[in-house]
Amino acid sequence: MTVQEAKFEYLLRLGDSSLIIGHRLSEWCGHGPILEEDIALINIALDFVGNATSILGYAGQVEGKGRDEDDLAFMRGEREYRNLLITEQPNGDYANTIARQFLFDMYMYFLYEELKSSKDETIAAIAVKSHKEITYHLRHTSEWMLRLGDGTAESHERLQNGLNDLWMFTSEMFDMDEVDAILIKEGIAPDLTNVKASWEKRVHEVLTEATLQIPTTTFKQKGSKEGKHSEHLGFLLAEMQYVHRAYPGAKW
Amino acid sequence: MTDSQWPVWEVFVQANPGISHKHVGNVHAADAEMAIQNARDVYTRRSEGISIWVVPANTISASSPEDQGAFFEPSNDKPYRHPTFYKIPEGVKYL
Repeated sequence: MTVQEAKFEYLLRLGDSSLIIGHRLSEWCGHGPILEEDIALINIALDFVGNATSILGYAGQVEGKGRDEDDLAFMRGEREYRNLLITEQPNGDYANTIARQFLFDMYMYFLYEELKSSKDETIAAIAVKSHKEITYHLRHTSEWMLRLGDGTAESHERLQNGLNDLWMFTSEMFDMDEVDAILIKEGIAPDLTNVKASWEKRVHEVLTEATLQIPTTTFKQKGSKEGKHSEHLGFLLAEMQYVHRAYPGAKW
Repeated sequence: MTDSQWPVWEVFVQANPGISHKHVGNVHAADAEMAIQNARDVYTRRSEGISIWVVPANTISASSPEDQGAFFEPSNDKPYRHPTFYKIPEGVKYL
């Protein structure tokens, strides 16, 4: 695998995760628990879609086959998608969405902190811009973790259930393969060992403060790096890609 | 009608350094931290500000409509109270 191929693959992983979780959050539009929170969530969804636009646009350039961010977003099937499994999991109730978002935001926070010093200037520039947004996302979701975890008996139970269900998807966030090895050597991507340590420490701190239990699940679900997804991604893509595929080249 | 939502907070946004915070609207929130975050999302998405104040709406005391005559009308015929007889130095922006 060449550095260019590894970089394309890596950019798909970053961009697809942002795009898919952004789409998931956008499903809350008009359904948020209160108006203000509805707006806040959709703001965050837009940040993710914006981040995905930048990264997939750059992925297309790196690939050099004339594909732009729209081609990559709308014209790939689920087996070609490289988003983390946690990002495609359904919204569930609000506590479930917050649990998913918290676990992923914390990951993105530490990952993009490392990416800010990537030797690839474009990746570093995108990371600098995105990290400010992520810092706010994390503040928002951490706050909700405390409110729901340390709230009523029902909110606590719902959030704990959400965490327990999602925990098996967290370990693949830190898996590294040949793609990572090549890019770590080039100084383009970070070694995820440190990201994992920081993630575990902060997640444990917030969960403890929110009176929640660290899930004891040891089962690990993985596969996104090879394009093996849960059954949910196909339905998500069908909805997300429908208009683009039904009306190719449509403009407004 | 009772409001089934969280308490109302009035939101003030400062657009630039050195000028006063201006009332822009209100949000519902359970506490101050949530009020600031909600205000950020509702009122500063388009670069409207650099600082936010939130104030619980029920802590604001207001003059009542009946006071309007006694409070405000006497000033209508006293133009000498307006600083319109001074020239504003050049370069003063936010006077």
